[in-house]
Amino acid sequence: MKVLYFAWLKEKTSLAEEDLPLPCGVSTVAGLMEYLKNRGGGFSDAFADITMIRVAVNMEHVQVSHPLSDSDEVAFFPPVTGG
Amino acid sequence: MIRIQTEDFDVGAEIKNLVSGKGNIGGVCSFIGLVRDFSGNEPNGENITSLTLEHYPGMTEKQLEKIETQARQRWDLIETLIIHRVGQLQPSEQIVLVATAAAHRDAAFESAKFIMDFLKTEAPFWKKELGNKGAKWVAAKQSDSAKKETWENE
Repeated sequence: MKVLYFAWLKEKTSLAEEDLPLPCGVSTVAGLMEYLKNRGGGFSDAFADITMIRVAVNMEHVQVSHPLSDSDEVAFFPPVTGG
Repeated sequence: MIRIQTEDFDVGAEIKNLVSGKGNIGGVCSFIGLVRDFSGNEPNGENITSLTLEHYPGMTEKQLEKIETQARQRWDLIETLIIHRVGQLQPSEQIVLVATAAAHRDAAFESAKFIMDFLKTEAPFWKKELGNKGAKWVAAKQSDSAKKETWENE
């Protein structure tokens, strides 16, 4: 699966994107967020308060309960501020 | 039509192009968003020296196309145009242009507001302000979500 980070999530994780096999035991966005938070360092900081984070799976906005598969593109970002 | 670009746009030329050869258009409504020189909602807020706009290529276009489609289903529109800039911008520069063209004004006025209200909450753009007190990511406004929900509840 492809995971992307935008805005302050990109800064805190020091990562724009990565290829990641769906971690063992992870089946939803919430599970993936918990897995990433447990990586430590910048990831723990970025995922400390998940209420600050919005998620897209395959470029559509989803809730954290959304299921994940290994072929998904998952993106984490703050609430949008365009216009 | 949707365009994401770093360069500025000429509103007059864009609208002339939009209506060209379409005699059934009776009115065009346009909204132009600009970079303010202050942060937050108060005119005496922190001074902004520049603004950087980041986006999610691919998802941006997908979400804007969806918004355009919803507007066309809701109103009888002849043409729609969304131009949004990304990259580094200075105060007073143009950020976004939304233009809607219809046979009659109500459809043009209402759909332009609809597109902006949905763009504000659905399109994956993020603003980072650089000011006299350093750089910071702009926080989303609750009032923007409320405006979108008003349309959904109609």
